[in-house]
Amino acid sequence: MAESMNIKLKVWRQAGPKAQGRFETYTVPDANPHMSFLELLDVLNEQLIKSGKDPIEFDHDCREGICGSCGVVVDGVAHGPQRRTACCQLHMRHYKDGDTIVVEPWRAEAFPIIKDLVVDRSAFDRIIAAGGFVSVNAGSAQDANCLPIAKTAADLAMDFAACIGCGACVAACPNASASLFTAAKISHLAMLPQGAPERKSRVTAMVNQMAEEGFGDCSNHAECEAVCPKGISISTIATMRREYFKAMLG
Amino acid sequence: MSLKNSLSSPVGKKLITGITGLGLVVFVLLHMIGNLSMFSGDDAYNEYAQLLASFGPLLYLMEAGLVVFFLFHIVNGIQIWVGSKKARRMGYDTYRSAGKPSQQTTSSRSMIVTGLVLGVFLVIHLASFKFGPGGPGNADPSYVTSVAGEEMRDLAKLVHHKFASPIYAFGYTFVMLLLVLHLRHGVWSAFQSLGAMRPSLTPIVYGLGALLGLAIGLGFIALPLAIYFNVI
Ligand code: HEM
Ligand code: SF4
Ligand code: FES
Repeated sequence: MAESMNIKLKVWRQAGPKAQGRFETYTVPDANPHMSFLELLDVLNEQLIKSGKDPIEFDHDCREGICGSCGVVVDGVAHGPQRRTACCQLHMRHYKDGDTIVVEPWRAEAFPIIKDLVVDRSAFDRIIAAGGFVSVNAGSAQDANCLPIAKTAADLAMDFAACIGCGACVAACPNASASLFTAAKISHLAMLPQGAPERKSRVTAMVNQMAEEGFGDCSNHAECEAVCPKGISISTIATMRREYFKAMLG
Repeated sequence: MSLKNSLSSPVGKKLITGITGLGLVVFVLLHMIGNLSMFSGDDAYNEYAQLLASFGPLLYLMEAGLVVFFLFHIVNGIQIWVGSKKARRMGYDTYRSAGKPSQQTTSSRSMIVTGLVLGVFLVIHLASFKFGPGGPGNADPSYVTSVAGEEMRDLAKLVHHKFASPIYAFGYTFVMLLLVLHLRHGVWSAFQSLGAMRPSLTPIVYGLGALLGLAIGLGFIALPLAIYFNVI
């Protein structure tokens, strides 16, 4: 097969949360350019299983860049070299025969490693639970458009709502800060009339929860925006800060 | 929430670094412009220093404000850095920036280093000049001069004396280059910290901030080099 590629992988292996981890090097002799990066890991895992070894654990679900389950650091960049692309949508055509790829889990104390490349991202769930929602007294559904929302506001809110909660922003941040994730939700809801009544309690509670979980503070490196598969802008972080200042003023 | 809790939150810390950072930028800018008066002669420089001293209580108030700004800036900066180390105890084997739109640079990664060097420099600088010979608590008749009949401290003489030494002239120059690095990330960062940034403004403010940092640094460096190389 002319298109077959020989790819070397240096992968972080860790048996459990408390276990000592280490890098293992593997060779996949029959990779090809049409594979996605996760399919490369699948092929490697088949190889490992056949030789009686433990397969590499990694998170994934949709494999089409919409669920936020996948996420590993590929050659030093969260989700790998392609911009605005979750690693499930990264394809091997960006690599060439003989390449070595380093694969590591997200590294942050707030995202403890469960096994190999799988980390526990429930800290994100607790940040959302602290206020990333709109309280509604459920009744019958309202008519569409009974709450007018300007197109520009709706579009921006949609951009911010695009966050899939993958955690790449934390992984890439030199400070392991969760500011982009938290700010995306705060900004999304702050753009909309439904979110307005709770905006002050929301921003305070979510920012406090973020600190509580042990994420670092933001130093404005903006690395998060560069790796975010949804291209969420750090302007959300500026918005979060303005929201917080307003809440401070009472 | 109490004010103390708000200010120690992740956003509150940025409010403090942002405000103190910008305050210090205004201070270093004015200080740099003041220093340039030496290029109009020693008398002009001494008169400028005397003018500041004549502010009396107002000067003390401004100095007290500066001390507070420096302390809050330093303590906050160190807290943010320590927090970032705690938030990721085990680093990556391989790590690189993904490139634009990241603003991660040598400047942004070295804020704590350039900042701490600036802090140490500040202490030496105050001891050499402000509290040096002829300064408060250090009366020295050989550092007194008279300009247009008025007796005043001969600060210009001290500056000439210090910057004649290569260690002082080049050490000062080196630290000012670190200030340029600090401000290259710092000025833009402070506006983003205060929530005053939009994506369309980022490249402009980043560029102007870096230029301002460069202008401040070069303005400071002009004096020691001019003195060391006998230009003035
Ligand atoms: C004296 C010792 C100093 C130390 C230890 C220090 C430390 C720091 C640190 C660690 C940061 C980054 C904060 C962060 O990660 O968010 C920072 C930011 C900054 N510093 Fe300094 N710095 C010092 C002096 C100065 C001086 C003299 C100036 C001004 C001329 C200055 C202006 C700034 C600005 C504008 C920022 C950006 C603030 C922000 O991001 O919100 N710093 N400083
Ligand atoms: S902001 Fe972007 S990088 Fe961060 S969790 Fe959301 S989608 Fe992932
Ligand atoms: S597996 Fe769903 S986004 Fe990658």
